Amino acid sequence: MRADRRGVLAGGSALAATALLPAGCADRPLVPGTLSGPDMTRGHRLRDGTYPAPSGPPARIGIAIAGGGVAGLSAGWTLLDAGFTDFVLYELEDETGGNARSDRNAVSAYPLGAHYLPVPNREAKALRHMLEQFGIITGADTAGAPRFDPLQLCADLEERLFWRGKWQEGLYPQSGLSAEEQSQRDRFYARMAEFRAARGADGRPAFASPSAYSSQDPHFTALDQQNFSDWLTQQGFTAPALRAHLRYCCRDDYGTEPEQVSAWAGLHYFAARRGWAADEQGDAELTWPEGNGRLIALMRARLKDHIRTASPVLRAAPDGVGVLIDRFDSHRGQTRQTSADCAILAMPYFVAHRVAPALSPARGFSYAPWVVANVTVSRLPRGPGAPLAWDNVSAGSDSLGYVVATHQNSSAGDGPSVLTWYMPLSRLSPKTAREALRSRSLSAWQQIVRDDLLQINPDLDGAIDRIDVWRWGHAMIRPTPGFLSDPARMAASALSPPLLLAHSDLSGLSLFEEAHYRGVAAAEAALRARGHTFTSRI
Amino acid sequence: MTEPAEKSDASLALILLLSVLIVATCGLIYELLAGTLASYLLGDSVTQFSTVIGTYLFAMGIGSWLSRYVTGDAMGVFVRVEMLIALIGGWSAAGLFILFPLVADFRFALYTLVLVIGLMVGLEIPLLIRILQRRFAFHELVSNVLTVDYVGALVASVLFPLVLVPQLGMIRTGFVFGLANVSVAIALLIILRKARRTAPDMAAALLVMASLIAGLIFAERMQRWSEVAFYQEPVIYARSTPYQRIVLTRRNDDLRLYLNGNLQFSSRDEYRYHEALVWPTLGRVAQPAQVLVLGGGDGLAAREILKDKRVERVTLVDLDPEMTHLFRETPQLAALNGQAFTSPRVSVHNADAFRWVRQAQGRYDAILIDFPDPTEFSLGKLYTENFYREVARLLAPGGVMAVQSTSPLIAPRSYWTVATTLEAAGLTARGYHAYVPSFGEWGFTMAAHGPIPPLATLPAGLRFLTPESEALMFDFPPDMARRATPVNRLDNQALVRSFSEEWAPYEG
Repeated sequence: MRADRRGVLAGGSALAATALLPAGCADRPLVPGTLSGPDMTRGHRLRDGTYPAPSGPPARIGIAIAGGGVAGLSAGWTLLDAGFTDFVLYELEDETGGNARSDRNAVSAYPLGAHYLPVPNREAKALRHMLEQFGIITGADTAGAPRFDPLQLCADLEERLFWRGKWQEGLYPQSGLSAEEQSQRDRFYARMAEFRAARGADGRPAFASPSAYSSQDPHFTALDQQNFSDWLTQQGFTAPALRAHLRYCCRDDYGTEPEQVSAWAGLHYFAARRGWAADEQGDAELTWPEGNGRLIALMRARLKDHIRTASPVLRAAPDGVGVLIDRFDSHRGQTRQTSADCAILAMPYFVAHRVAPALSPARGFSYAPWVVANVTVSRLPRGPGAPLAWDNVSAGSDSLGYVVATHQNSSAGDGPSVLTWYMPLSRLSPKTAREALRSRSLSAWQQIVRDDLLQINPDLDGAIDRIDVWRWGHAMIRPTPGFLSDPARMAASALSPPLLLAHSDLSGLSLFEEAHYRGVAAAEAALRARGHTFTSRI
Repeated sequence: MTEPAEKSDASLALILLLSVLIVATCGLIYELLAGTLASYLLGDSVTQFSTVIGTYLFAMGIGSWLSRYVTGDAMGVFVRVEMLIALIGGWSAAGLFILFPLVADFRFALYTLVLVIGLMVGLEIPLLIRILQRRFAFHELVSNVLTVDYVGALVASVLFPLVLVPQLGMIRTGFVFGLANVSVAIALLIILRKARRTAPDMAAALLVMASLIAGLIFAERMQRWSEVAFYQEPVIYARSTPYQRIVLTRRNDDLRLYLNGNLQFSSRDEYRYHEALVWPTLGRVAQPAQVLVLGGGDGLAAREILKDKRVERVTLVDLDPEMTHLFRETPQLAALNGQAFTSPRVSVHNADAFRWVRQAQGRYDAILIDFPDPTEFSLGKLYTENFYREVARLLAPGGVMAVQSTSPLIAPRSYWTVATTLEAAGLTARGYHAYVPSFGEWGFTMAAHGPIPPLATLPAGLRFLTPESEALMFDFPPDMARRATPVNRLDNQALVRSFSEEWAPYEG
């Protein structure tokens, strides 16, 4: 909370300051656009519990999945892949996908949230299996390393940074670093390489992805007890350029300032990636114009007969043999009951603990709010120095820059595109930031987005055709210090059938790999409880 | 009308007659500048000159007619018009050059300028006749003025092509004649200074003069600002499409195409390039019925291919519709490619080849890939393993393909990267090279599913290739010899990186 107050009191960045200004009322948008996000009314109604009493006889089902984000869809996909079909997936929103949702306009498809998946580690067997089924992994080399479809790996140029008035390749500043700064940088990366190679006494990697495969050795897990910023200072990593870069990384993956991220999570970002692939592609990332919306669409295509949208699950209570579920049918305006042998709550904990009275309050769980803006431009950005990359970041901005939706699929040099601009509201406390999300008008957001873009790409002046703003009130779980040993988190991870929880919240890291792993783990536990035979992939 | 204060001294009459000469010369110079500039920039000199001359003469007519409304101080109006002509005419060439890449409709700017200058010159002669009418008898006056006017025209039209354009260049010529105009105004103001209040006019004239001198001094720099000067030869066409900047230049019979500033061909030696691109491949295919061309929107490769009567259909994929339209509709360019785009055997698809090859079906007996050099990441995608895998899918069994692959002499690593990448895509590859004077030593890479036939059967009547010289193209001396290179992939863009390193020393 220290940093929040400092950010607010000092005025923080211009962006934070702007976000605190009173909202302009009903002012006209600067350019066409929409202001949207997950359905707040439906979400809050769930919290406030104003639903009709259940009517009609309960339906029967083998497994019920509540929640259609990455975890829920992965659970459903795993059930089908194991040949199990007696299940239904209920989704609160009109569309599944959660944080990985996407949209499209006449120019391109574009992400509304998560936009890439790193090449998975060796330990991510279940994820690799799914990517094989999707044709994203096309084969293997003689050593068995998977070969990825080159069109789905991020094309070069992957990243560029606007640093001292010029674009440079890569996200770490290169020019004008003092000898001390360079030596700290080299020492930091050497240290991360050590962590990457380190294994615990239990034979597991110190940092794994999915994180559940990480070593439980106390000297690694103790890193969860302190914040990343303090750990860095203790280790003598104080160089401003290094700290600024690490702050970018914390905000990029966790939407959170380094002072509020545990050292364990901060290190996980650097030490857990050991992508396993043929053709030296282990460091690559998979991406698509619509971001992870591609993976959602592929899962959804297989699951579509099992999905019920606009059907929030209001209550899930074990009834001795299975779980009795109350769900609201938004189309008919009625509450229905389903009796399931097993229920998987694939929803964030702050919702799940209201739905399942068995779960303890969500005290240790906090969530980072984000704003994602999709900016339709009539021509591609340029700028001095390195040419346009997929991911374009400014060292001088509080936003995380933008990714280019048309980066992957075209060789035409110019023409229209959609830029997806990201900003975690990490300088404000989550509560204050959510207030800003609620009250800020479309034009105010557009102003912030446009000013930020023009700061680094003045060449876009006159080329911005649309700005569509998407607000995520609870975008990401925040891996705050002590979260891994939080009793509520540990209890939720240890749930056994008939009631299970599946969400990246359990990992404390809002990443596709984590959500997928939790979905697969819950699905396998449910199958096991049902006595269904299958090949475990976790 | 009387102007009692002005003495009809001989010097004033002489100055005025001299000013007729200068005004006439300057007027014609501006007209020639506009015509020449328009032919340089827009091409088709007959049309440009006749429309510019027509507009100019018509504008002079309007000016002469408007002179009737000048009822007061004819001398004052004359001096001020003279200053305006000096300013506008003097800056006209520089302005047109600078405006050319900036404005959407260059013709509008051009004809507006011609109209304004013509109008003012047209206004001047009747005013001068009126000013001089008390100093000469009418028959003498008309004779004097018109004689001087026509002599001025002769002076201008002789000086312009022989001295001015070669020595001064068009931008400086403009400023020099602007200075001549403003000098006339200043000379008149000096003579008239006792008779009338001339200070404000003099100040304005000196300002105009200063601006013209500044222009003259910075003419070189302005020439550099204007894109046109980037090219060694006169630009006859320039246009920005959504994809690229297309510029055509011509000097005598040498027509050149530049895309984004990179030379694509010179009409003097393009036959060498296109014969080398096309015939080694066609000559190794038993029955090249279906031929695919990727890139090559100038239609020159298609022209070569159409000479082969065995070819039933040429499918050409080029990104830019304006490019293929230009080379189909402009008579001069269509003549260069032998009207290839109007042939019923050719079908043109305007599409991004990177996407097109992924969706395309069918088998092609010969595939010719003629993309611009991999100067940027978007172009580099068209040289990747992934791209060649898709192309290989479209190549019929027994088919042969060729890829333009930059210079093996200047950029040997880049050049051989293409072969390494074709091989990584599962093809057999062989390099060959040819000397194309405007490009230098140039490289191509041939590829096929299996072994590449050692010998080509070539048609008679080629200007460059014979079976003997064709065989020699496959020989690489040590400075261009094959070397180990990485595979160019979408996620490493090895080619774009090596290309920019290797070419860097050759580009200012």
